[in-house]
Formats: sequence, C-alpha cells, structure tokens
Amino acid sequence: MRGQPRFITYGLLISVGAASIFPLYWSFVIASRDNSAIAEKTPVLVPGGNLLANIGRVFDTVDFWLALRNSLIVSGTVTLSNVILASIAGFAFARLRFPGRNGLFLVVVGTALVPGHLGVIPLYLLVSDFGWYGRLEAVIVPALVGAFSVFWMRQACEEAVPRDLVDAARVDGCSLWRAFWHAALPAIRPQVAVLAMLTFMATWNDFFWPLVVLDPNDSPTVQVALSRLASGYFTDYSLMLTGATIAVLPVLVAFVLFARRIIDGIMRGAING
Amino acid sequence: MRPGGSFPARTGRGDWFDRRISPYLMIAPFYVVFGVFGLFPLLYTAWVSLHDWHLINGDEGFVGPANFAELFSDRYFYNALFNTVSIFLLSTVPQLLAALGLAALLSRPLRARTAWRAAVLVPNVVSVAAVALVFSQLFGRDYGVINTMLGVVGIDPVNWQSNRLTAHIAVSVMVMWRWTGYNALLYLAAMQSIPRELYEASTLDGASRWRTFWSITVPGIRPTIIFTVVTATIGGLQLFAEPQLFDASGVNGTGGSGREFQTLTMYLYEHGFSLFDAGYSAAIAWVLFGVSLLFALVNFALVRRIASGD
Repeated sequence: MRGQPRFITYGLLISVGAASIFPLYWSFVIASRDNSAIAEKTPVLVPGGNLLANIGRVFDTVDFWLALRNSLIVSGTVTLSNVILASIAGFAFARLRFPGRNGLFLVVVGTALVPGHLGVIPLYLLVSDFGWYGRLEAVIVPALVGAFSVFWMRQACEEAVPRDLVDAARVDGCSLWRAFWHAALPAIRPQVAVLAMLTFMATWNDFFWPLVVLDPNDSPTVQVALSRLASGYFTDYSLMLTGATIAVLPVLVAFVLFARRIIDGIMRGAING
Repeated sequence: MRPGGSFPARTGRGDWFDRRISPYLMIAPFYVVFGVFGLFPLLYTAWVSLHDWHLINGDEGFVGPANFAELFSDRYFYNALFNTVSIFLLSTVPQLLAALGLAALLSRPLRARTAWRAAVLVPNVVSVAAVALVFSQLFGRDYGVINTMLGVVGIDPVNWQSNRLTAHIAVSVMVMWRWTGYNALLYLAAMQSIPRELYEASTLDGASRWRTFWSITVPGIRPTIIFTVVTATIGGLQLFAEPQLFDASGVNGTGGSGREFQTLTMYLYEHGFSLFDAGYSAAIAWVLFGVSLLFALVNFALVRRIASGD
C-alpha cells in the first residue's frame, strides 16, 4: 500500500516488539543476577553471572524437579491423547456419513463456549470421590480430549483428506481403521503437529485447576510451584524471576522452533473458525 | 454405495459393524469425557448451590435459594462484580483497538514477516503465572521498572496495589500484554481474505486510508471481531491468575488489603477453597455464568451494530 513512510511502520513495530519481549528479557536479567540488582536506581539491563546459582536456589526452595517432571507427564499425556482421540473423531466427523452427525458436532462446538470455571466445585467433589486429590490423574483425565481439539482436527480433515482416497480405500476392502491410518493420517500430519504444540503449551501453562486440585507441596506442576514462590513468604526477587524464567523456557523454545507453523495454524483457524 | 457385486468378500459382519457402529465409537471418547467431567459438574453445581455444603464434610442440608439470597446482599460480592467488570472493560476495549491497529501494521508489505508475527505472539505462550510474577515486579512500588520510568517524566512512585484504579490498570496491562498480539494475528488473517477489488475501488473513489480502514477493512473482518469480543468476554469475566498473584500474598490473597482487585472467580475460589463453603461458591459460579452470558449477548449485539459499516 502507498502512504506513510516505511520508517514509521517499522518504528511502531519495533516498539510493539520491544514491549512484547522486554518483560521476558528483564526477567532473565534479574534471574542472572543477585537479589540486590532489583534495587538499583536505574533498572539493570545487562545479564550477570548468577543464573546457575539462582537456578540451584530455586530447586532448593521448592521441589522444582518434581514440578517439572509432573508438568512433563501431564502435558505429554494430555497432548498425546488429544492428538490421537481428536484425529479419529475429526476424521469421523469430516469423512464418514452416519445418522445424527451434524447434531452431534454442534454439541462439540457448543461445549467450547461454556466457561470452564463454572463447574469447578462439583468437579473438585467428583475428583475427590475418585480419590484423585493431589494425584496427576485429576488434571490428566478431565483433559484427555477437548472440544477445541476435535473441532481443529475435523477442520484439518475437511481440508486435507481427499474424499476419493477414503472411498477408494474402503472399496479396496480396507477396514475403517486402516482407511484412517493409511489415507487420512498422512494427509493431516502437519495439522496434528500444530495441535500437539498448542495443546502442550496450554496444558503446561494451565493454572487454576491444578492449583485447586493438586497439593502444592506434594504434587505441584510448574505453574503451581511458581505461585508458591510468589506467596509472600519469599521476598527474594531474583529467586522468583528465576522460577518464572525456568517455567517459561520450555514453551519458549518450542515456540521458537515451530513459530512459523503455529502462526500459520492460528491464522488459518481464524478464517475457518 | 459400493458397485454391486464386485467385492463379494466385503459383505460380512465386519462391513456392517464398520458402517453402523465404528463411526460412533470413533467420536465416543469426547462425549464420555465431556459428560463425566463437563456436563455432570455443570448440572451438579445447580444442585450444590441449593444446599449448605461443606467442601470436605459434604452435604449439610437443603436450603433452597438461601445461598443466592445471601449472595445478593453480600457487599463483597458486589465489590468483586464491580472489579471484574471494570478490569474487563479496561483490558478489553484498548486491547482490541490496539490489536486492530497492529493488524493493520502487520498487513503492510514487510521484511522478515514471520519474525514480526512471532514477536507479537510471544507473550501469548507465556504462562499466566509467570506473567503475573514478572509484572508484579515491574509494577513494584520501590524498585519497579515502571515507577522508575514514570519518575523520568516527573511522576511520583505509584503504589499500584493500594488503590483500586491503579490496581485495575496494572492487571489490565498484564491481560493486554498477553492477548493483544494473538488477537492481532486473528484480525490479520481475516484482513487478508478481504477481496483486493474492494480496496482498489475505494482508492479510485479517492477515499483516505483512515476512511478505507473503517469502511472496508473493519466491516470486512466483522465475524472475527465478534468472535474475539465473545471469547474476550468469556475469558475476561473469569479472570483469576493475574489479579490473584498480583496480590503480595500470592494465591492466599483476596485481591489487596481492601479487596481492591478481587474478581468474581477469586471470590469463588476464596469461598470454595479457603472457607470450604461449596454451596455458596456454587451459587457464585451460577451468577458468574449468568453475567458472562449477559455480557456475551450484549457485546455480540453491540459489535454487530458498530462493525456493520453503515
């Protein structure tokens, strides 16, 4: 487009980009210094050499190893099961004909609009009845397959799985499951990868439900452990921000590696959704 | 369906099973999980809200609408309702306007297109707990970077947590930081699907950029704007982690010493999981649901009208 000089465009973008990155960078800087840095008159903007020492202190203060392990187990399981169950369901919704299909899919879309916090009290009662309080099942099982995932994979199958290929496979005598495996799955692999990334990040970052149902001392996830660092007993800011840095790092790395695909996925979802 | 008789081997029971039963088996897991962990708790909330119900000890008797009656004369409830709506407005309106502007910037021909998009999306992949922790330090009274910057232009240090308005602003900044870029990408995607001819016609008519933006771009992405407003409403009215961790006492806090920034979900959490009053908490959940629904509908109608381009 014509119009304003380019430097205004880039100038604005640079300030937005800087605002996006600065809090994370600053958090990293404080994490790499000792606790006095935060009290400097002019904000400290250059990393120091205390990062490893601070990381050590975080692991001494709260059981961050356990938290990392728990978060990995929870996020990994939830991601895997969402990807598998939602791909199969999405395939069925997109490429099979069966009575009640459209109505059933509307139910999926409708459930995505219900505010998640509404049922938290009974969910807690239910999960406690199962004996899952403080156990990872409590955060894994309710999240095994979500409406968003099913919706996402149906969209992917609509776009990428050729109808003829499925029909041909069926006529050739493939069972439904083999048709899914050989005809559908190879075609939707890229969208499966994006869904896996989005699910992993969302699960890793989840806070409210793990806070409610896990024991912050015995079975924390990373986010719950992080909230303990913020809980007033500690006034050690470099400790807090080291914790924040460790909690953010895994998803940040994953994001940088897959940024192009994630952005594509989100933008494509915006048009179809 | 199949060409008749060409494949006699496929008329057995397996075929019938595949056609009639397998599709339902394939979609069943979602409905099982949702039924047990979604729908059932939803309905059960209504039941619990009509009882005196201790979180650990269980049902202590049917009380009818007493929890709701108490709620509607509870000033802390109105306080939380006000805070929720105030923070929601302070964070959503500027956020979506900024996202529109940012999308317009990103839609120009740019070098390193993906890098800019990634940069604005980064805040969205950071966990709310980490965001709250980092921003609580940035907004610190004594050493916070933001107060230092305000000091440069001659403004005295602000004690952000101690005052209702400043606390709401600080929490809103966290929400905006996390969501503006994400919404901008949604708008950008929608903008790219607007037919070019519309813009060319507008240029021929001699319309200014500003006019073109409001009379072609914004109406052209109306469905996406409505979508973001509705999701921001549902998410914003449930706001929890940012204000909860902004309180200096962390997850045990009630949103400042005078509940300056306690939201409805925080109030629900306080009653349910600090005071173990599950019945009262369930009543708050229902009211929260009603408020969300009301706001979603009002916003939907409002945006439809504003963005229609007439």
